[in-house]
Amino acid sequence: MEGLPHQIVAGIATGGIYASVALALVMIYQATHHVNFAQGEMATFSTYIALTLIQAGLPYWVAFVVTVAVSFVIGVVVERVLLRPMHDAPVLAHVGIFIGLLLVISNLSGWIFDYTVKAFPTPFDTGAPMLGGLVSGHELGSTAVTLAVLTLVYLFFRHTSLGLAMRAAAYNPVSARLVGIRVGWMLALGWGLAAAIGAVAGIMVAPVVFLEPNMMLGILLYAFAGALLGGIDNPAGAVAGGFAVGIIENIGGAYLVGTELKLTLALAIIIAVLLFKPSGLFGRVVVSRV
Amino acid sequence: MLNRRTLLAASAAVLSAPRVACAQPATPGVTATEIKIGGIMPYSGPASAYGVIGRLEQVYFRVLNEAGGIAGRKINFISLDDGYSPPKTVEQARRLIEQERVAFLFNTLGTPTNSAIVRYVNQRKVPHLFLSTGADKWGNPQENPWTIGWQPSYRTEAQIYAKHLLAQKPDARIAVLYQNDDFGKDYLAGTRDILGDRFERQVKTVSHEVTDATIDSQIVSLQSSGADAMLTATTPKFAAQTIRKMHDIGWKPPAHYLTNVSISVAAVMQPAGPEKGVGIITSGYLKDPTDSVWRDDPGMTEWRGFMQRHMPDADHTDGNYPFSYGVSKTMEHVLRQCGNDFSRENIMKQATSLQNLEIPTLLPGIRVNTSATNYHPIRQMQLQRWTGSTWERFGEVLEGARV
Repeated sequence: MEGLPHQIVAGIATGGIYASVALALVMIYQATHHVNFAQGEMATFSTYIALTLIQAGLPYWVAFVVTVAVSFVIGVVVERVLLRPMHDAPVLAHVGIFIGLLLVISNLSGWIFDYTVKAFPTPFDTGAPMLGGLVSGHELGSTAVTLAVLTLVYLFFRHTSLGLAMRAAAYNPVSARLVGIRVGWMLALGWGLAAAIGAVAGIMVAPVVFLEPNMMLGILLYAFAGALLGGIDNPAGAVAGGFAVGIIENIGGAYLVGTELKLTLALAIIIAVLLFKPSGLFGRVVVSRV
Repeated sequence: MLNRRTLLAASAAVLSAPRVACAQPATPGVTATEIKIGGIMPYSGPASAYGVIGRLEQVYFRVLNEAGGIAGRKINFISLDDGYSPPKTVEQARRLIEQERVAFLFNTLGTPTNSAIVRYVNQRKVPHLFLSTGADKWGNPQENPWTIGWQPSYRTEAQIYAKHLLAQKPDARIAVLYQNDDFGKDYLAGTRDILGDRFERQVKTVSHEVTDATIDSQIVSLQSSGADAMLTATTPKFAAQTIRKMHDIGWKPPAHYLTNVSISVAAVMQPAGPEKGVGIITSGYLKDPTDSVWRDDPGMTEWRGFMQRHMPDADHTDGNYPFSYGVSKTMEHVLRQCGNDFSRENIMKQATSLQNLEIPTLLPGIRVNTSATNYHPIRQMQLQRWTGSTWERFGEVLEGARV
């Protein structure tokens, strides 16, 4: 067991990846009460945009800001064009759209940017690996970015009237409309914000796992487990859940179930949470009168 | 009037009709003037970079026809696109065999795609020759007597690494990181072939899934095993992660072997950081078109001449072209060896009786050998080492174990 501390540290580093994607999942759930299966592919596509801008000679942080802005617009457009007409359709129809979107965007990434594995630059110093190489400067930096995004999301939803309006539109569209909130645009805004956070996650993840069209496929499953574990309606909980899944995955894979069943472990977490504590560890229990 | 008797007579006639066709000894797709061959390639989709293999084959057979063809017959090579999608491969194989009625299939590409058609093709007893995949299972005459690979299998490759390591340090302990699928497990099998009952004692294996985000945890586990050598049997993205992680945590085992699936300079060594992989050992069997050593080599001069004359616009640094030229050359040799008997039985028999065939684009010393019991045409490779900027060949040509 001498490797245990190392496994935990490596788990925290991987957990940071899940946390940033889980945050994007929670964001879209907060704003629309849907889980967007294409979230990962949209983030990957945004990351390709960032790489293209950087290769075109833009400074890293300029490319970062431009990518986030472009992703926001893409998110809004997707909502307006694809989801708005499906406004009153049943949930299954939405799931169909999300899966279609996943396939379209994934193949689009491959078609435009090809399937070769690409390196992605990092703005953080990676010269001297820390803790015996288990944590890189990039991993610390990206965790800081994730926490910063989390703080912004928290402040936005709790302390701005726009954030309040968005929450209202998601929780109770009818009442929200009655008090004068433009529910349709709130949903579009939610999509835009989720796409923007996804872009941040993609840009932070790519230097660690390398960029290719399927970059987010596996990550999204673990991130989903993290988001559920922490509570799908609680951004801070989702981040904590993401880190927890990273650690559980490593310890479970190395000492308990073996590496073959790591993904199964993530799925088991999802089922266990849904069975025993559907609101997650930090989520609010919703009681509704029927 | 339609009564029971006419119906019976009609169905009897229908039933006997194919038997009349079968009574003729002719092989489907072979006439006095033509031999029809089928191919399936990913001209579109995620593996479309390999499509160039099929393009060269089409040109190769066209050039062969212009030079007179084989035994007075022209080759009609029908190469279809499956987009690297197994269900599509099944559809195309059925189309080739049942509608186009080709004599045999040549160089169908991909492990999952060929896995989808191998049963069907063997049930129909159609030769399934020189597949473009390194899985070891294509060399199994008992189970699939009509299917034969071409390139060295992953298992042969692992045998060569294990042999090389044990020659230097007989009691070496090996750490193996493998992708948990047919491809990765071939490397375990090859290592086990050489180590035998010492495998459990000397080898520490850890797997990863293609869905894993990172392999950091696996590398940490392998490092704590204190092995003398590392064998990395995984696909490019994870290979790049492995090279970088091992460097970052300061784990430098005396020997690091890397599957030749993941030796692309652009997709693995550059993303990982070229200086982080110095000393890594892999193996090859083809001449590299970018290596200046082959400037005056007769084999590569022949290949370059072909490219300049017939495919001047192609990317002449792409290693898929020498591969395709080599496998096409092998196919031509088999057809010439058939004489005038192009029955499916004889085509299969000739494909499995190649002796010390030299192919211009294979490394010197590597020869193609097959027999009724050996369905692994190429079983030799030469090791090469990463210098920080290029792969440098060293040592003798090594042969896999006979198992």
